[in-house]
Amino acid sequence: MTTELLITAEPEAGTAPASGTRQVLRRLRARKSALAAAAVLGLLVLLALAAPLLAAIEGQDPNTYHDALVDSARGGVPFGDFGGVSAEHWLGVEPGTGRDLFVRLAYGARVSLLVALGATAVQILIGVGVGLAAALGNRLVESLLTHVTDVMVAMPLLVFAIALMAVVPADFPRPVLLVIAIGLLAWGGMARLVRAQTLSLMKLDFVSAARLTGGSTWRLARRELLPSLAAPVITYAAVLLPTNIVLEASMSFLGVGVKPPTPSWGHMLSTATTWFRADPMYVLLPALMLFVTTLAFTVLGDGVRAALDPREASRLRVGRNRRKARTSGAGGTA
Amino acid sequence: MTGYFLRRAAGALAVLLVLSVVVYATFYIAPGDPARLACGPRCNPEQIAQVRAQLSLGDPVYVQYWHFLQGIFAGHDYSTGTAVLHCDAPCFGLSYQNNQQVTDMLIERLPATASLAVGAMAVALLLGTATGLLSALRRGGITERVLTWLTLAGTATPVFISGLGLLMLFCAYLAWLPFPAYVPLTEDPEQWAWNMLLPWAALGLLESAKYARLMRSSTLETLAEDHIRTFRAYGVAERKLVTRHALRGAVAPVVALSAADFGSMFGGAVLTEMMFGLPGIGALLVHATTTLDLPVVVAVVMVTGTAVVIANIVADVLYAAADRRVALR
Repeated sequence: MTTELLITAEPEAGTAPASGTRQVLRRLRARKSALAAAAVLGLLVLLALAAPLLAAIEGQDPNTYHDALVDSARGGVPFGDFGGVSAEHWLGVEPGTGRDLFVRLAYGARVSLLVALGATAVQILIGVGVGLAAALGNRLVESLLTHVTDVMVAMPLLVFAIALMAVVPADFPRPVLLVIAIGLLAWGGMARLVRAQTLSLMKLDFVSAARLTGGSTWRLARRELLPSLAAPVITYAAVLLPTNIVLEASMSFLGVGVKPPTPSWGHMLSTATTWFRADPMYVLLPALMLFVTTLAFTVLGDGVRAALDPREASRLRVGRNRRKARTSGAGGTA
Repeated sequence: MTGYFLRRAAGALAVLLVLSVVVYATFYIAPGDPARLACGPRCNPEQIAQVRAQLSLGDPVYVQYWHFLQGIFAGHDYSTGTAVLHCDAPCFGLSYQNNQQVTDMLIERLPATASLAVGAMAVALLLGTATGLLSALRRGGITERVLTWLTLAGTATPVFISGLGLLMLFCAYLAWLPFPAYVPLTEDPEQWAWNMLLPWAALGLLESAKYARLMRSSTLETLAEDHIRTFRAYGVAERKLVTRHALRGAVAPVVALSAADFGSMFGGAVLTEMMFGLPGIGALLVHATTTLDLPVVVAVVMVTGTAVVIANIVADVLYAAADRRVALR
């Protein structure tokens, strides 16, 4: 999957013969912030993958209640300092229930990353499909798809996603539903990008040559266009990932996302709102996890974007000379 | 100009019609009995039968949809068995669970949502344009790096984290502010403002990061344009160059984006409303979703969609007004 490139930043993931994948990775590695973000995300992926293993090492599981560890006289606040941190419970326990917080956070990382990655994959599939079709199709297809895309971009995503939760039967697995809902509703930006990129690619010689030799449109898209589209699509996917993570957390926070007892950072935060006086650790931990994750993804996405942007690369060479940079004034970046 | 508006209005209407078809289809043809869902968990079979008759669920789907549209544009009469209940246009049906007309429920929730949207937008615009401008003018310096990191952190923080942080800091530890409880503006303006302060700050901070990034890039772009270079060559002072000549073009996309965002805040500020217990339209949506109150869900989606479509037209007009080079065609 293309999105894995963003997390591991390993060269072998970029097998697509995009223009200078190596060069891009080298530029990415030159940015300390992007490196740090990639390291953080690597740890996070490890945490998510190894969640059952870590739980076994700690000797806990995410759903066992420990009534003896919470003070029922004080409404269920954990005994001990920092929310009941101990050798058995590395990050303390959940107030009220006494469930192990470390394991729940680790399993929460799984939910968060899986939903975000899955939704991004759906967004890429639909976005690339619609974008290509809009660029290559006849006038009717083009105007129809462009209009649909415009509407999809404009509509408030969260409202629609929440509303969608009302019609799907309650026994449908929620993480899958979240992937579908986010993926189906938020592909507009990707489709726009792919269409614009394809249109500009169509003007290039190698694409014209391929068209003149008389291959089918499908072949043109697969052999000539898709490889060149990989770079911008990956960049945009890197922007979508943190948004999707926040979306999942938001939906779970609102009680319309992942259902308990499945651990989710967003859901933890929503219960934490009633506990922040008595047990601040319970607020801080999921908040920190979510913040660090989205920040790391955002920083890495920013780095990937800059590394793929030839204008940005030339600007780096100019150096930090303020006056020079100001007067040369290359186009905006954000 | 008139032609432009007519065309945009027709386009908007078409979009909303399509939206209504999609929404109606999703919600009333989806698996599950809409009458049972609309009526709620405590309904007995007779009540469900009555709801089914009122929603005219026995009719073909297109007739049902026609009734739905008719209700929005012309109002609708519901027979309650003994009497006739009239629902004025725009009628989004009845919420059986609350025993109330959906339109009335929306109107009840409007002031809280509007209060939040106006205040948060003011905070976001002021803060966003100021930081964006500063970071563009101090390009390459330490100020820019700090501001870039702050805005990155801002975009990465969901509102329920920053909101929770603000609540903990100002209400629990410092105890400078009371825990927000919505007070209508018409009741007590001073209390209204005090209670809205944190929601405004939370949503405004989050949104401002977006405007800061946009403002920064658009300022840089404007400053690189030929006419600015010409002014500079003629020896116009840097300060005057920015305030007199560059700002106007730079601010155009920001204004346009803020107008578009303003539309999506009507219903779209779900998280902030839930976080601070504001009785707004977004909170209504969440409540209706968890209780499966379908008529309300449909209505909120339609109203939010309408607000967004209108806001986008306003955004384009504002863009043209701010940047004269853009013509409305």
